[in-house]
Amino acid sequence: MLLVSATIARSWRAGATTTADEPFPERTAITRAAAGIGLYAGVFGITFGTVSVASGLTVAQAVAMSAVMYTGASQFALVGVLAAGGAPLAGLSAALLLGVRNAFYGVPLTHILRPRGLRRLWTAHFVVDESAAMAVAQPTPRAGRHAFWATGVTLYTSWTLGSLAGALIGTGIDTSALGLDAAAPAIFLALVWPQLSRDQGPAVALAAAVVAFGLVPLVPAGAPIIGAAAVAVGAGQLPTRPPRKTEDR
Amino acid sequence: MTTIWVTLLAAALGCYGLKLAGLSLPASVLNHPRVQRTAGLLPIAMLTALVVTDLFDANRRYTADWHTLAGVAAGAIALRAGRSLVVVFLVAITTTAVLRLIV
Repeated sequence: MLLVSATIARSWRAGATTTADEPFPERTAITRAAAGIGLYAGVFGITFGTVSVASGLTVAQAVAMSAVMYTGASQFALVGVLAAGGAPLAGLSAALLLGVRNAFYGVPLTHILRPRGLRRLWTAHFVVDESAAMAVAQPTPRAGRHAFWATGVTLYTSWTLGSLAGALIGTGIDTSALGLDAAAPAIFLALVWPQLSRDQGPAVALAAAVVAFGLVPLVPAGAPIIGAAAVAVGAGQLPTRPPRKTEDR
Repeated sequence: MTTIWVTLLAAALGCYGLKLAGLSLPASVLNHPRVQRTAGLLPIAMLTALVVTDLFDANRRYTADWHTLAGVAAGAIALRAGRSLVVVFLVAITTTAVLRLIV
C-alpha cells in the first residue's frame, strides 16, 4: 500500500517539475485520503481474516475471497451465513444481493472513467464503496479518475494483505476470548449507520429487523436475511414523495 | 471444504458480474428511480438483518449471548458519538472480551 502511494506521490512530483503530466490541485489531497482509506482497510482486512478463520474457513479461502470478491459487506455476509451453518445458497444470495449496490456505482463512474473495451473488465474489479465515493466527490473527471484508481488499488492491496495477516493471526487464537464474535455484528451496524439518514432508512431498517427476527425459527440460517431483502424491494416500489420543497406542508 | 470453495467462487463471479454490469449496462436501465431506490434500500435492510441474525440466529433456534450483546451495544454508543468503524470494532470486541473475562 505504501509503495503504491509512494509511486503516486513520486509521479506527481515529477509531473510538477517537468509539466509533462499537468498536475491538478486536488492530486496531493486525493493521494493522502486514499492512503488513509488504505490504512483503515488494512485493519478492517485483519478483522475479516480473523473472523473468517474463526468461522471455519481456511487461510487460503479467506485470502482468496478478498482477492477475487473484493467487496467487504458481501464477504462478511457470506462468511456469517456459512458460520451459522446456513445453506451455501442462502450465503450466496445474501452476498449477491449486497453486491447489487456496486452495479449502481457504474452510472456515475462510467461518466468519469469512460472505460472502453478490455479496460472495462479490469476497471470493474476495483468498483467498491470507497473508490466510487472518492471518484464521485471530485470536481473534475480527471481528479475523479485519479481518485478512483488511487483508492481502488490502495484499498485492494491493503484489504487483501490485511485479510492474510488476520487469517494467520486468527488461526492460533481463541477468538471467543478476544470478543471477536461481536466483530461482525458491530461492523454491520457501523456500515448501516450512516445510511439510516436516507429517506425511508429507519423504517426499512426496523421492518427488516422485525422480519429477520421473526423468520429465525421458521427458516434455515441465512434465509432471514433474504426475507429482509424483500422488505427493501417492497419499500422501493412505494410511490415516491415529490423531491424536496413540497415536503413540509 | 469443496462446497465452500464452490460457493466462494460463485459469489466472487456474481459480485464481479454486478460491478461489470454497472459499467456496461445503458444508464437508462440503472437510472430508473424505482430501481435506484430499491438498490439504495437493499443494503439497509440486509445489513440490519445481518446484525439481528448474528446476535440471535442459531439456525432455526433463538440464541443470545449477553456478553456479545453488551459489546455490540457499546459499539452502538461509540457510533452515536461519531467514532469511525475501526474504533467501533475495537470498542465492541474489547467490551465483549473484558465482560467475558470478569463475569
